[in-house]
Amino acid sequence: MTSSKRRTGRRSPLATVALLALGLVFTGGAYAAFSTGTAQAEVEATSQQTIEEGKKLFQANCATCHGLDAQGTEAGPSLVGVGAAAVDFQVGTGRMPMQMQGPQAEQKPVQFTDEQTKQLAYYVASLGPGPDIPADHLVNGGGDAANGAELFRINCAMCHNVAGAGGALTEGKYAPALNDVSGVHIYEAMVTGPQNMPVFNDLNITPEDKRDIITYLQYIQDNRSPGGFELGSLGPVSEGLFIWIFGLGTIVAITVWITAKSN
Amino acid sequence: MSTAAPTTSAPEKRKGGFTAAASNYIDERTSISTVVKELGRKAFPDHWSFLLGEIALFSFVVVLISGTFLTFFFQASMAEVHYEGSYVPLKGIEMSVAMASTLDISFDLRGGLFVRQMHHWAALLFVAAIGLHMLRIFFTGAFRKPRELNWVIGFVLFVLAMGEGFTGYSLPDDLLSGNGLRIIDGMIKGMPVIGTWTSFLLFGGEFPGTAIVGRLYTLHILLLPAIIVALIAVHLLFVVVHKHTQYAAPGKTQQNAVGPPILPVYAAKAGGFFFIVFGVLALIASLFTINPIWNYGPYDPSPVSAGTQPDWYIGFADGALRLIPPGWEFVWLERTWSFNILVPLVGLLVFLGLVFIYPFIEAWITGDKREHHIADRPRNAPTRTAIGAAGVTFYAGLWAAASSDLIATHFKLTMEGVIHSLQAVVILGPFLAYFITKRVCLALQKKDREVVLHGYESGRIVKLPGGEFIEVHQPLDEYDRWRLVSYESYAPLMIRPDARGRISVWQKMRAGFSRWFFEDRIAPVTRAELEASHSDHH
Repeated sequence: MTSSKRRTGRRSPLATVALLALGLVFTGGAYAAFSTGTAQAEVEATSQQTIEEGKKLFQANCATCHGLDAQGTEAGPSLVGVGAAAVDFQVGTGRMPMQMQGPQAEQKPVQFTDEQTKQLAYYVASLGPGPDIPADHLVNGGGDAANGAELFRINCAMCHNVAGAGGALTEGKYAPALNDVSGVHIYEAMVTGPQNMPVFNDLNITPEDKRDIITYLQYIQDNRSPGGFELGSLGPVSEGLFIWIFGLGTIVAITVWITAKSN
Repeated sequence: MSTAAPTTSAPEKRKGGFTAAASNYIDERTSISTVVKELGRKAFPDHWSFLLGEIALFSFVVVLISGTFLTFFFQASMAEVHYEGSYVPLKGIEMSVAMASTLDISFDLRGGLFVRQMHHWAALLFVAAIGLHMLRIFFTGAFRKPRELNWVIGFVLFVLAMGEGFTGYSLPDDLLSGNGLRIIDGMIKGMPVIGTWTSFLLFGGEFPGTAIVGRLYTLHILLLPAIIVALIAVHLLFVVVHKHTQYAAPGKTQQNAVGPPILPVYAAKAGGFFFIVFGVLALIASLFTINPIWNYGPYDPSPVSAGTQPDWYIGFADGALRLIPPGWEFVWLERTWSFNILVPLVGLLVFLGLVFIYPFIEAWITGDKREHHIADRPRNAPTRTAIGAAGVTFYAGLWAAASSDLIATHFKLTMEGVIHSLQAVVILGPFLAYFITKRVCLALQKKDREVVLHGYESGRIVKLPGGEFIEVHQPLDEYDRWRLVSYESYAPLMIRPDARGRISVWQKMRAGFSRWFFEDRIAPVTRAELEASHSDHH
């Protein structure tokens, strides 16, 4: 008891830890604030410097397939007019640069920093007009989830599954699961139609409706199933496998135990 | 008993206490003691595989209990309403009352989601347990005389259980089940001549109409359960009448049934087992989502979700539709003939029909009119076991085909590759399974024969004085040996001319089947062989 009295307040062994943590938070926070500030300052859509940086990155990483001026080659399509949104989606989700030719570009770890991705995007955007990276208010999920859910069922669920769990397409292609895709990328995918996806332009689905769809997807990303574990949201197939393997399996194991002869 | 002087005998009776008095009261009015005596002393052989039917029975009880609860709150109406419950992504959406009330059960009724999930999980378990139970009956030959009719009843129960499942699955009027109904509608419409009429009759007009949920509800909660309960009663009555089958073991014969009596041991075990099944289902229902209709949304004929599948027991039919190659539709006599629907439909009916009449086919081929109460070990009926394996492969191929899209995405395969492989599995797989299983059975029988005659390998190597090494074979004890030698072996039937000296085509066919069944066989070890081998060794 006496020792604890002496070790309170400034002299507590926890004080050092607290001080250290406080210091780290401040330095880290200041650094984060500073670095995002610079990034935003640097990636100015129309600035010539951004476009120059983007061009350099493009020629080093993308030109093999898309050509030195993004005019396209036999190995990859022309990128003139695809817009910043297409690049931000393809590069920002790691699909580009492609690892190898296949049925479709697979999602993989992102190869560029956010800043570099933006530079690439604005370089490509400078080559011809195309859809731009969407504004924040369209992708942060402030819309009507019920309307979004209905639009999603009508327009998206046939490939992506009603719960956004993904689905199969022909010849090894597939619609990916949507359970960890950001709002920006969902919006960009709708306006640019990457891989096998059709383009949903603004006449087809208005920007507000797109915002509603994103709101719905974010709702199901954030709210897990009220019924318990979701078994992959794959519907009756995973339910059937579960009841055969774990349900019936458990009970059959119990029957063996019930009828076992006591030793 | 001493009913002449009730007043004087009253103090005497008090010795037995209330229970005795009450049982006496009931017995004097119902003569129930004879039933209890008869049933209570019924022996029930003890083996885990004999409890599979009980799993089905108990999960059916859970289905009944949870289903009764659901009927208090479910409204089987297809009137349109705007959902105003507490699930946000469906607020204000137009849907049927059936869907809205199911959502209310799920989100706004205390314990509703739990009971709904328990009902659905128990239903899946019910059909799964029936399937496994049927496989046990088939592979042990427990459908042979006198139990053929009970096989038929069991089969009808299996089909009714699928019907119960499908009607229940369609009730919430959600997108997934609506798509399932649309497939059924398509299959009905694919039938020549009567198809369209039947569909309009069933749906009360053009699909989906506004009648189907109410009609399915009547079937689901009234007609089908009533038939199922009645058939279960007959099914169990037959088990009592026939006695339970048992596996060969010392003291077990075709005339007896060896096992603990129903009262008290067996009844206690079975009662406990009911609560275990109930508990496992409650645990699953509380932890795992099933049929999240809030994801699927209300039914609307236009959207179809990726990964739309029926519940597992209808999967084989869905798979059959998926495996038909494109282009099997013809226009003839100004009518469309949808062979892409008719072929799987007829194929499945033939398959189910064969399952239905198999006991009679086998009885005809063997010509065996005796009663069988000893269950076969599957290896001792190689052809039957091989036929069963072929059937299981066929079914499993169709079943897997129902999830062809999920197999493709999850194993990173192409859809076309999966479909073509499964087409091969469904057509060639049964033959392969047949031959492999038959050879494995015969090999196992040979092994049994070897073990009976020469004992099992003990792993003990002995060097003889002459320098020779031998492995010592331990003889089997009598109990194990009995298990291995006591089975029946059939020889192919001989063709004999009938009274008029003719051999009918029918008989030739029967002889052909019999040859197919029993040409390759390993006869059980005879006493003479056994004695000969003993004198060799000792």
